[in-house]
Amino acid sequence: MVPLWMYLVVSAGLFSIGAFGVLSRRNAIAILMGVELMLNASNLNLVAFWRYINPGEINGQVFAAFVFVVAAAEAAVGLALIISIYVKRHTVVAEDVNLLKW
Amino acid sequence: MELTWELVAFLGFAVMTLGSGLMVVTSSNLFHSVLFLMTSLFGVAGLFVLLVAPFLAAIQVLVYIGAIAVLMLFVIMLTRQVMSRPELYNQQMAGALVAAAILFLALLFVLTPLADEIGGDVAQVNAEVIAEADDAPDVDYITVEELGRAFVTRNGFVLPFEVTSILLTAAMIGAIVVAREDEA
Repeated sequence: MVPLWMYLVVSAGLFSIGAFGVLSRRNAIAILMGVELMLNASNLNLVAFWRYINPGEINGQVFAAFVFVVAAAEAAVGLALIISIYVKRHTVVAEDVNLLKW
Repeated sequence: MELTWELVAFLGFAVMTLGSGLMVVTSSNLFHSVLFLMTSLFGVAGLFVLLVAPFLAAIQVLVYIGAIAVLMLFVIMLTRQVMSRPELYNQQMAGALVAAAILFLALLFVLTPLADEIGGDVAQVNAEVIAEADDAPDVDYITVEELGRAFVTRNGFVLPFEVTSILLTAAMIGAIVVAREDEA
């Protein structure tokens, strides 16, 4: 069986890649994609720890399933917001939307 | 560590996940980004299979690749005119790179050994138990039926389950209201 740390390394790498995308991309859809990568990394961690530490319990998988639901809700609302902003202001660049910025 | 099929599959899926993940954040064409995102999510689904969580792998393919990524494709096509602006990154790109690198190194050298310390012995024992079982059915895995029962029994997760349903409904209605064009 593959040791646990290998999964953690993959998860850490995926999370860092997602964080870089969120922090650096200009396009709001690309930022959402970074968030999805980060959510996937956390899910991978959850399932890996469930498998290696406590495989008899069901909690780990249930938690991961809830993360799926929240991710779906987040993507739906986020994309709806992006469409709304595009309709009103003709931009999907995050830094152009700065009305509420100090 | 000997080269087992599991290790080969793991490395394949890991490279697929991380490589496509990198392409997601570096690709200048947003359309390609989403396609790489799909590949990356598929790699994570493969890792779920290796972790003996087949239901989660199926959900990953259905919900993430089938729904979320396709939804993103729709939005990209709806906002097509501004899709390819010249600059890909904002001014804080260098800072973001440093921050992501620091985050990765911190996770790698601080949290990962810590996690091994917390559950190291248990993980070893379980790994041995699993390694002793020679064919797949001997490995105890959680079936969809067990998972479904856990969601709806009172001692299980019925309350979070219902709250999640409300969240999902609210998000769907909210998304429709937000994205709808005003008639007035």
